[in-house]
Amino acid sequence: MKANNTVIKVCMGTGGIAAGGSEVIDAFRTELNTAGIAATVEKNCLMHKVGCRGLCAKDVLVDVIINKEKTTYQYIKPEMVSRIVKEHIIENNPVIDWAVGDDYHNFHKKQLKVVLSDCGSIDPEDIDAYINGKGYEAARKVLTTLKPEEAIEEIKASGLRGRGGAGFPTGVKWEVARKQNSKQKYIICNADEGDPGAFMDRSVIEGNPHAVIEGMIIGAYAIGSDKGYVYIRAEYPLAVERLRKALSDAKTKGFLGKDILGTKFSFDIKVKLGAGAFVCGEETALIASIEGQRGMPRAKPPFPVYSGLWGQPTVINNVETFANVPYIIRNGAKWFSSFGTEKSKGTKVFALTGKIKNSGLIEVPMGIPLREIIYDIGGGIEGGKLLKAVQTGGPSGGCIPADMLDTPVDFESLAKAGSIVGSGGMVVLDEDNCMVNMAQYFLQFTQMESCGKCVPCRIGTKRLLEILDRITKGKGKEGDIELLEKLSADIKAASLCGLGQTAPNPILSTIKYFRNEYEAHLKGKCPAAVCKELLTYYILEEFCKGCGACLRACPSKAITGEKKKLHKIDPAVCIKCGACFDVCKFKAVKKE
Amino acid sequence: MIKLTINGKTIEVAEGTTVLDAAKMLNIEIPTLCHHPKLTPFGGCRLCIVEVKGVPRPLTSCTTPVSEGMEVTTSTPALEGLRKTVLELILSDHPNDCMVCEKAGDCTLQELAYFYGIRENRFGGERRIYGKKDGNPFIERDMEKCILCGRCVKVCDEVQGVGAIDFAYRGFKSKICPTFEKDLDCEFCGQCVAVCPTGALTGKMWQLRGRQKDIKEIDTTCSYCGTGCNLTLHVRQNEVVRVTSKEDTWNEGWLCVKGRFGYSFINSPDRLKKPLIKRNGKFEEASWNEALDYISAKLREIKEKHGPDSIAGLSSARCTNEENYLFQKFMRTGIGTNNVDHCARL
Repeated sequence: MKANNTVIKVCMGTGGIAAGGSEVIDAFRTELNTAGIAATVEKNCLMHKVGCRGLCAKDVLVDVIINKEKTTYQYIKPEMVSRIVKEHIIENNPVIDWAVGDDYHNFHKKQLKVVLSDCGSIDPEDIDAYINGKGYEAARKVLTTLKPEEAIEEIKASGLRGRGGAGFPTGVKWEVARKQNSKQKYIICNADEGDPGAFMDRSVIEGNPHAVIEGMIIGAYAIGSDKGYVYIRAEYPLAVERLRKALSDAKTKGFLGKDILGTKFSFDIKVKLGAGAFVCGEETALIASIEGQRGMPRAKPPFPVYSGLWGQPTVINNVETFANVPYIIRNGAKWFSSFGTEKSKGTKVFALTGKIKNSGLIEVPMGIPLREIIYDIGGGIEGGKLLKAVQTGGPSGGCIPADMLDTPVDFESLAKAGSIVGSGGMVVLDEDNCMVNMAQYFLQFTQMESCGKCVPCRIGTKRLLEILDRITKGKGKEGDIELLEKLSADIKAASLCGLGQTAPNPILSTIKYFRNEYEAHLKGKCPAAVCKELLTYYILEEFCKGCGACLRACPSKAITGEKKKLHKIDPAVCIKCGACFDVCKFKAVKKE
Repeated sequence: MIKLTINGKTIEVAEGTTVLDAAKMLNIEIPTLCHHPKLTPFGGCRLCIVEVKGVPRPLTSCTTPVSEGMEVTTSTPALEGLRKTVLELILSDHPNDCMVCEKAGDCTLQELAYFYGIRENRFGGERRIYGKKDGNPFIERDMEKCILCGRCVKVCDEVQGVGAIDFAYRGFKSKICPTFEKDLDCEFCGQCVAVCPTGALTGKMWQLRGRQKDIKEIDTTCSYCGTGCNLTLHVRQNEVVRVTSKEDTWNEGWLCVKGRFGYSFINSPDRLKKPLIKRNGKFEEASWNEALDYISAKLREIKEKHGPDSIAGLSSARCTNEENYLFQKFMRTGIGTNNVDHCARL
């Protein structure tokens, strides 16, 4: 039988599903059936759906493993499956044309996978797959052999810092919570990932939910809590589904519930769905939301670790933070702290997006130079364009300009450069990106997501946005840049919560590194040719062949010209949609 | 007790005291807008920010509990600059129609704008415009003047236990409104009006009846029920134009719809000021003695003719316990019947 010891793994993370992962799995089933090896599908030929494996740009990714020899295929579509089954599975000749190339291997070469080590290789819906890979061993070790204080000591020694953005030492937080003299304590996993372009937490929960649950069990034991919550966005249906299944499986296996693993320790986890408010990622707003209130932050102090959910001591950690915990316990604090820099230990998961060839989910050791992420892992900029900047930390973060690419990626260095690690969004910007427009985009987001409670954030970000709006429309006034700087500084200082305190960062960091672009806008030019109101489209005489493509594409009939003769754009009628620019094969349409 | 210094002055206060309250004890003034002493702290207006040694960013004094050895500074050029920015931001989204605003002269926002000398505004821009007016009978809700301090939401929830209003929407569009933005349909106690620091919430019947400066305040007791809340009648030209209650009264300044809005009877032409006796099918004014004599004669007559149980007495919830006691005593011993009842049916 040809299918002996055959394993097929199909990426069924959100990226994989969007690219057609479910259809690919169905195609494999059908093809194997018709190939007459149906009877062995269940027993000998294992077909797994696995979570996100990182290189979403090349989805659907499929591993075919025969007798432990693995071939990874990229861009797989259902109609390609029959050839793989015929040539590879039946005839044992891998379809080399469709296999991943060097860029796939380079993508992984400089990565270091701790949190993601099981993501993309195990079936996230199968608790046994996690257990077979030493899953829940860490929880067993902690619950049966360690005192809570010893578990906290181990996490402290590892140097693990919160992966949600602020980078607070996890062990210290747990220790403070442990010391609180309270009958009821809570532990909350913050899975309310909301940064535009970020999908780290989502991928971890979709790819390996049990690691997060195990981390929470260990945390709960350490601080002395019997009740946990996972606060997760309702917009992550797949993550929610897999998390719920994982929780129910963990309960069935006795990792959750009463007297876990024969100890006196009881702990259970509830899933709480967020309604999509970005501000609910802020811990006090998240607590208010769990309590059934409108998600509005409360002033700190008191911090949640002293007075959190329903006034009780509460530890809130991010998904990735919890997912690190079992691996730290399994391999030891020393192992974990051997990665990273002096103050930023371990690894960090990033969602690498934007104008980059290999966009996807990556995990790198802290301190890796940004250059290695962009060029070695990311494969460089798409379309041979010039890199302009890397935006990190989402709406709370800032930009690292191209000439600072050697900045190490860790909490301290990014902060020094005027940005933040944040929760792990990393958006690559090239020469076609306008930095004022980028700042405007993020401000639009934060303004819309401001909870409205405090004045600087509610009205201040609105005013910032209005100033940016007029700058990008060529209506900026002298002194606007200075006004942006002044108001930004005041909003940062006076806002109630992290949302407002960091909302002006995209403006401040772009002014810091790209002041010339702001100044150019004030003079009526958008250097990257992005801001519509500042653009003029015209046709270059020497390149125009008179093919008429632009004329046909123009929705506002702004283009005139006879066949095979020079065409012209009437600027009074042109709506600057760019349709002519996109269709012209001769690069005759210019915008500036 | 916790020892701390504020602006160099040392004070000892009970644990749990906020920095704002500690400053008050030292007679140090800190500007506030969203803070209300009877409500839980909010921390939204950001005016009460102070600097605390060792803390990198300003903290709101209304939410921050004191801690041992804390060194607080309540006014620095940086803090005053931030306060000015906050006020300018609020005023950039405010109608600024103080000349015709009911609240002028009694408005915290106006007061602060005056003290901070805000004439020009660096941040002019879009202002919230709400076309729809609330059609409820009592409370004028001019939400364009609302600064979202949240006091009305809190008083409705924490004091009144009603929860008729809450925050809705996000960002610049945030507003306070009843469910689904319907017209307010609550018990109309007007507590929200009482705590509103601006002209966003006022009594509908107060409109154009006089400025605070022309008003004579007269303290009295509410006669609507036996609770006996303290009222302050705002009188202009011998006419009650508004009713409020002071915070240092036993009812802590809280009132119900009747006490606050039910005063139009005072000057009503239909109001009975003297007893009337119907003679020849017409009511005629009489003196109290005349009326009481008439009643007692009639009661006596009925009692003799038909027996005491042919008479019943019904007293009012507006009476005090003592008055109700006297009434039943009168029915039982004076008339000789147990037929006595009270209109309050809860």
